[in-house]
Amino acid sequence: MNKTVNQRAWFLVLPVLVLVAFSAVIPLMTVVNYSVQDTFGNNVFFWVGLEWYSEMLSSQRMWDALGRQLIFSGIILAIEIPLGIFVALNMPKKGFWASLCLVLMSLPLLIPWNVVGTIWQIFGRVDIGLLGHTLASLGISYNYTQNAVAAWATVIVMDVWHWTSLVALLAYAGLQSIPDAYYQAAKIDQATRWKVFRYIELPKISGVLLIAILLRFVDSFMIYTEPFVVTGGGPGNSTTFLSIDLVKMALGQFDVGPAAAFSLMYFLVILLISWVFFTVMTNLDKRDGL
Amino acid sequence: MAKITLDNLAHSYAPNPVSEADFALKEMNHVWADGEAYALLGASGCGKSTLLNIISGLLTPSQGRILFDGRDVTDAPTAARNIAQVFQFPVVYDTMTVRDNLAFPLRNRGADPAYVAARVAQIAAMIGMEATLDRKARGLTADAKQKISLGRGMVREDVNALLFDEPLTVIDPHMKWELRTQLKSLHHEFGHTMIYVTHDQTEALTFADKVVVMFDGRVVQMGTPQELFERPAHVFVGYFIGSPGMNLLDASVRGGVAAVGGVEIPLGAEYEPKGGHVQIGVRPEFVRLGVGGPGLPVRVRRVEDVGRHQIVRLAFEGREINAIAAEGAAIGADVDRAVFDPEAISVYVDGWRETPVRARQGEAA
Repeated sequence: MNKTVNQRAWFLVLPVLVLVAFSAVIPLMTVVNYSVQDTFGNNVFFWVGLEWYSEMLSSQRMWDALGRQLIFSGIILAIEIPLGIFVALNMPKKGFWASLCLVLMSLPLLIPWNVVGTIWQIFGRVDIGLLGHTLASLGISYNYTQNAVAAWATVIVMDVWHWTSLVALLAYAGLQSIPDAYYQAAKIDQATRWKVFRYIELPKISGVLLIAILLRFVDSFMIYTEPFVVTGGGPGNSTTFLSIDLVKMALGQFDVGPAAAFSLMYFLVILLISWVFFTVMTNLDKRDGL
Repeated sequence: MAKITLDNLAHSYAPNPVSEADFALKEMNHVWADGEAYALLGASGCGKSTLLNIISGLLTPSQGRILFDGRDVTDAPTAARNIAQVFQFPVVYDTMTVRDNLAFPLRNRGADPAYVAARVAQIAAMIGMEATLDRKARGLTADAKQKISLGRGMVREDVNALLFDEPLTVIDPHMKWELRTQLKSLHHEFGHTMIYVTHDQTEALTFADKVVVMFDGRVVQMGTPQELFERPAHVFVGYFIGSPGMNLLDASVRGGVAAVGGVEIPLGAEYEPKGGHVQIGVRPEFVRLGVGGPGLPVRVRRVEDVGRHQIVRLAFEGREINAIAAEGAAIGADVDRAVFDPEAISVYVDGWRETPVRARQGEAA
């Protein structure tokens, strides 16, 4: 059979190539370019090699931000994943209440990030905020602009409020796909509620849970808008996470070179973690014989 | 092990059933003997799964009672009924080993570890999975998983009843036969009351002591495979069981003679049907072929050699009649008569088998 040779088909790929080039490749290469050069203004650049990288790696400021970032991501994962599963397990399976629950659960996900930040910024204010004022009236020392613990608590509760729904909805979808026969068999086997969860529900939702963990990890690792709106990274540097620090460095101080090196390393960390997740997930599928 | 009594049992999925058509399961009274193997046989949607779910306690019937050994369990939850059930698709605990899967029902009931180990070994030998006991259940084939399900259903010795809901659907044909044989030998060994739901007549007839044939929410006949074959109580039993099924012909019956399209056919006994839609039924095994002479005038349309015998498809006034001829018998093109064995003819009125009023007068005199 004669194969038609038609290279014009490549034109179909062109829009994507252009789009990806302008949205990803060219900006990334600009950053790479910045990270190996220095300037004293007037658009005059000179080559510095890996100097910025070694400077960033020995910078206490970056390691502190990374440490805060890891603690933050760890805490919100430790709260949101179990809480999301718990919520999903207790949601009605069908009928009017199930639909209502789904709508209510999706509401926080529909709110823009800066709006979420503003809501909590006002909610937590000691003078006019419902939460802040109530806590202060109860005699609890709470002021997120002065107290680092209060600032952390606010940012974490805000993130839990914003994103637990996502975990819950994913887990709920996973739970809905378990055939009834499993629950019937468990009843007949006289399995306890815990065993039903441990041996039926958890293994069946492990796939979507991994996706939920990945999404929440990457998202929280890049968190910027909400803490920026609520605390602005303070008090002090207590809620200055990686991206807040990066923006301060790049746009606040205009240290383009170090910031470029910083963001590339940041990017590599996320890439590495995503790759680990991807490998684990594909291995899980293989183990299932799928 | 228990005797199961269905007392005025009926079920409707509609909240306020009015007419009989609203009932998925029409009122029934049956006693299922302790230690027997029953097969619930019927086409899809005939109510057999509804009945099974009522027995296992997953459904509460809208009317009537169900008793295990005389004890009313109508409102008892599944866990309290002490039954085991094997489902259509394999239900295994993926993250457990095969051994833990088999031991699960026993451990949950706090059985002695030594007993659990011995019992699991016994069941594993029976389902032929001793070699894979320490493997995780995930990643095994569907066959193997369903064998685990079967094993888990059978691991408890004290169950009131073992219920099977089309358990061999996902199993390869050669394994089907093997597992069915194992189930049967298990039944002989332990004497559990077994209820086996299937739409496959071969499965039902080879597995069960008694086959319960269901049609349109009713148990139309409950009997041994032989009874179902020789005296189908309903036309559905006639054509559903047998390969091919019973030949059914509209007829007018008076005394010991049926008239089909102007041809008189002698019957084995005398009947006095009072109105209704009258049919006669005869199994293909009891249709003999002839050339000329008495019998229904027919034309041979096709002969199918299925190995152990031949199926002859005949045409009679636009209707198909099937006959079974011996392997190797020559079916000539000149065959033009079908003769029914009078003793093997049943008379049906509105679908149900008519009882003869007396033996044939000619023989009685």
